[in-house]
Amino acid sequence: MQTEKGTVSVKLKDDRSKTSFINHVKNNKSLYLILLPGILYYITFLYLPMYGITIAFKDFDMFGGIFNSEWVGLKHFKILFASDTFFQVFRNSIVISVYKIVFNFPIPIILAILLNEVRSLVFKKTIQTVVYLPYFLSWVVIAGLVINFLSPSTGVINLLIKSFGGEPINFLANKAYFRTIIVISDLWHSVGWNTIIYLAALTSIDVSLYEAAKIDGAGRLKQIIHITLPGIKSTIVVLLLLKIGNIMNNGFEQMFLLYNPMVYDVADVFETYVYRIGLVESRYDYSTAVGLFKSLVGLVMLVSANGFARKMGEKGIF
Amino acid sequence: MIKMSRSEKAFDIVNYIILTILGIVTLYPLLNVLAISLSTYTAYVESPLMVFPTKIDFEAYIRILSNPLILSSYNNTIFVTVVGTVVNVIMTVLTAYPLAKAKVRGVRVFMFFIMFTMLFNGGLIPTFLVVKNLHLVNTLWALILPTAISTYNFVIVLNFFESIPDSLEESAKIDGAGHLRILFSIIVPLSTPVLATIALFYGVGNWNRFFDAVIYINDRSKWTLSLLLREIITENSDVLNALDPMNAVTVYPKTVQSATIVVTILPIICAYPFLQKYFIKGIMAGAVKG
Repeated sequence: MQTEKGTVSVKLKDDRSKTSFINHVKNNKSLYLILLPGILYYITFLYLPMYGITIAFKDFDMFGGIFNSEWVGLKHFKILFASDTFFQVFRNSIVISVYKIVFNFPIPIILAILLNEVRSLVFKKTIQTVVYLPYFLSWVVIAGLVINFLSPSTGVINLLIKSFGGEPINFLANKAYFRTIIVISDLWHSVGWNTIIYLAALTSIDVSLYEAAKIDGAGRLKQIIHITLPGIKSTIVVLLLLKIGNIMNNGFEQMFLLYNPMVYDVADVFETYVYRIGLVESRYDYSTAVGLFKSLVGLVMLVSANGFARKMGEKGIF
Repeated sequence: MIKMSRSEKAFDIVNYIILTILGIVTLYPLLNVLAISLSTYTAYVESPLMVFPTKIDFEAYIRILSNPLILSSYNNTIFVTVVGTVVNVIMTVLTAYPLAKAKVRGVRVFMFFIMFTMLFNGGLIPTFLVVKNLHLVNTLWALILPTAISTYNFVIVLNFFESIPDSLEESAKIDGAGHLRILFSIIVPLSTPVLATIALFYGVGNWNRFFDAVIYINDRSKWTLSLLLREIITENSDVLNALDPMNAVTVYPKTVQSATIVVTILPIICAYPFLQKYFIKGIMAGAVKG
C-alpha cells in the first residue's frame, strides 16, 4: 500500500500518457467507482438535456423523438422574434426583476443594520427567529396566505376597505396591483433570510472604529453612514451583481401560483410562458427555443456581472 | 460610559418599533391561519381576522385526517422527503470525496464538468423529455432522481472535506483501509455538522418541492401535499366537497383550507430550531467559497 502511493505520485509527475492513466484507474478502481454515480447523474439529468436543446432547431416529431426530428434551422427563433407575446414576456421578466432589485435589495441591508443596532440580545434573537421563518415555507403555503389576505370577501385588506365604506377590490385579478403583490410577497418570504449575510459581514467591522467615532462625537446615524455602510460595501456590491446576473430568472412557483389569465399581460414571465406553451400546449420545439434564448441571455448577464465584480476589485461570484 | 443623548434614545425607540412591527407582520398571517383552522366555520365568519380561536374546535382536522387523498398526499410527501434526502446526501458525499480527498486524475476536468451546470442547463422541455424517456413520469422517483445532487450543496461538502487534514486518512491507508472504509469510518464521522446542514437543506427542499411535481406528476394517487394544497387553495375551496359528496354539507372550506396549510407547515415548524442553526452555518459555508 505504501509503495502504491509512491508509484502513483511518480507517475503523476513523469508521464501523462494514456496507458499511465489507464493504469492509474486500474490501481484506484474503487475510487472511480465511488465517483461513478455522481458523474452518471450529471450526464443523465444535466448533460443529456443539453443535447436535447437541439430540438430548438428542429421540428419535433412526437414519434421519432429528438434524434429523428427534421432540422429546420432558425425557424422557431424567427417566429419568436416576430411574436408580440415573446416581447411581452421578455419585458415582464425584466421589469419584475428590476422591481424586486429596487425594492427588495436595499431593505434587507437596512434591516440588518437596524438589527445590529439593537442592544437587547433577547429582543434581537426573537426578531431574527421570527423573520427567518417564512423562508422555509413553500410558495404554495405563501400563495395560500396571500390569497387569504387579499380575498375580496374575507381578506383583511378588503374588510378594512369595506369598513371605510369602499368597494372591495379583487387584487389578484387586477393588472394595476399584481406586480406590487409579487414584490411584497417576495419581500415577506425572504427579507429576514437575506439579512444573514449582511449580519455576518457586520460582525467583521473593527469595533475600535465605532469607539473612535463616539469620542469624536458622532451619533448613531453618522456611525452607520461612515463606518457601517463602508464596512459592508463589498458584500453589497457582490450580492447586487449576483442579483443583476440573475435578472432573467423570476422563479416559476411564485408567479404560477399567484397569476391568472386576467393578469397575463403584466405577469407572464419566461418560466411560466415556457411551461404553458411547452407542457400545456405541447409545442416542445418552440418552447425549447424560448428557453434557450432565456438561458443564453442569462448566461451572458451572469458572466458579465462576474467580470464586472472582478474589475471592481471584488472577489467575484464564481 | 458615555451618556445616551436624546437623539440616541429616539433612534433606539424608533428602531424597536420598526422591528416589532416587522415581527408582527411576519407572524400575523400564520397565527391567523392557525386560529381559523382551530375554529368552527361560524366562529370564523364572525371574526375572520382572529389571532386566537374563540373556541377551540378540531372539526377541520378530523375532516382532513379522514380524507384519503390528503392522507396519500401526506404519505407521498414523506416518502419523497425521507428517501430523497437519503439519496441526496449519499450521492453528494460519494461525489465530493474522490474530488476533495483522494484526488482522482483530472480533478479540474471533473470540477468544470460539474460547475458548468450551475451556469447553463438544458431547460424545462429537454429535461422533461429525458425524465419521460426514462419512464419516471408519474412516479415519485421523478421528484427524487433528477435532483439527486444540488451543485451548491456539493460545493459546501467539497470545501469541508478539503479542510480535513490528510494525516488522518494517511494512517488508515497505512493500515490497509480501502477508500470506502476511509470515507465512511473517518471522513463521514468528522463531517457530521456539515452533513446535517446539507441534509436539512435537501430535506426542506424535498418537503416543499412543487415545480417538479407540477411537471411530472398527474396521477392523483401520486400527488404530494404541495399539489393538493394548490388545488385546495387556488382552484378554490369546494374541492373537498366534491371529493367527499356524502359529507359535503358539513365540510367548511376555509377552516379546512387553513388546517391543510397548518399540517403542511407543521413538520417545518418542528424542525425549525435545527433549521435555523444549521442553515446559517450552511449559508456562511456557501458564501465563503470565493
